[in-house]
Amino acid sequence: MSRHRGRGMASINYPIGMNLGGDPSQALVHSNPSGKFTVALSSIDLGQGMKQVTRQICAETLGIPIEDVFVDTADSDTGPHCMGSFASRGTHRAGNAVLAAAREARGVLLEAAAEELEVDPGDLETDGRGTIRVRGAPGKSITVKEAAQAGQFKQGRTIAGRGIFLVPLSPVDPETGEMSPATCYAHAAMVAEVEVDDETGVVTVVRLDSAYELGRALNPRMVEQQLVGGAWMGVSHALYETPEPYYPDPKAGGRDFVEYLMPGPGDIAPHDIAVLERPAPDGPYGGKGPGEMCANPVIPAVANAIFDAVGVRMDTLPITPEKVLRALKAQGGARPQHRAGR
Amino acid sequence: MKTPVQFRLNDQPVAVFVDGGDNLLTALRDGVGDVTPKFGCGQGACGACTVIVEGEPRLACITLAEACEGARVETLAGLRRGPDLHPLQSAFMEHFAAQCGFCTPGMIMAAKALLDRNPRPSREEVVEAIAGNICRCTGYEPIIEAILAAAASARRY
Repeated sequence: MSRHRGRGMASINYPIGMNLGGDPSQALVHSNPSGKFTVALSSIDLGQGMKQVTRQICAETLGIPIEDVFVDTADSDTGPHCMGSFASRGTHRAGNAVLAAAREARGVLLEAAAEELEVDPGDLETDGRGTIRVRGAPGKSITVKEAAQAGQFKQGRTIAGRGIFLVPLSPVDPETGEMSPATCYAHAAMVAEVEVDDETGVVTVVRLDSAYELGRALNPRMVEQQLVGGAWMGVSHALYETPEPYYPDPKAGGRDFVEYLMPGPGDIAPHDIAVLERPAPDGPYGGKGPGEMCANPVIPAVANAIFDAVGVRMDTLPITPEKVLRALKAQGGARPQHRAGR
Repeated sequence: MKTPVQFRLNDQPVAVFVDGGDNLLTALRDGVGDVTPKFGCGQGACGACTVIVEGEPRLACITLAEACEGARVETLAGLRRGPDLHPLQSAFMEHFAAQCGFCTPGMIMAAKALLDRNPRPSREEVVEAIAGNICRCTGYEPIIEAILAAAASARRY
């Protein structure tokens, strides 16, 4: 009776967005008289950072301070249409819609400023701090606030923009079954190290090491946080939680937090993450986004690590101590796959 | 029949009428209007309703309201002093210790109860203090780091 160490790996190629009848998202951007801008979206922030990322995209595109952008995701009944926050599509689809809307709004903002300054809009630039200047003539400038007020109260302009980003439906080729479900893919590789107790069947994740390629990390701290949290959820899917432990028999499922098991703060493993940034050509500022991918590779990596440790192939989730013990019994005991002394 | 219960909530006297079996969470949320303690599971399993009663962390959903007569009760609503955030709140922000935010009030109150009695806890003591609080999003690591950072900050609170 002993505990066996094992190491397993998994890598994934993950589509951004989905292909079920076309995948659109819309955004509207408008200024108010104080020169601040509102982004109207129906893409819901579940805590993953949708509001922050779209706010950054809008501020960057308009060329104004981020404090001057407010993202309103209050009501999907009255807001511009979005397919939703799922399929790892938020940064890419909603972000691109915001980018398009902010570009259009910026065009009108510069037209309003140009009319006040009596110059060509093409000669104007923003400084990112709330001022619009004539290129090459630093003394000649107008604040975003003044331009927004002139647009509304003098010129009769709506300083606003509409944006839609659509990935059209890709039909399935009837001959080959081919289709193109996504315009870009994110990638990840994960190494999990586990310890398997062959007496109790308990699997402990000892450490995780991962590399994620997710386009440009538009907010690196939030990307890291999502990857850390997502990996925890992956460990939970691999070893702990399920609504139907004896699937397809629906009985015996956990119905509350007492019965539905999840790892707690004492069960987490050290996790080293490398984020590789390869900007996507059609992503907003190159972003693809981590999305669901942050939980997915953990599961096969843990299953492979268990095989490495004791030689059993676990093919149903979660990998509970009971399942591990049954598999070990059927195999006649633990058979570590790696050579000793690694 | 309703029973009056009086206690001190975040240093202010409050009085609410409760039914015999009402728990402290109901009294706070529906009676007083302090909605910072969250209703997660209603059975003491998730920690989202954690408050501090007489210096001890308590799960408000399984604490009888009438049992708090005359007690000192602290909730997240009482942490902020004017415009200044509590060091725990600042640390949670700086360490990205919240995503959806539903567990955050309970996490912060569990952490405050720890730091009030043990200002320089070890990592293991932090983990033990929040072991009854479930977080779905963060993977706990940022929360543990935030609590340790708040404990290490020299600022008095």
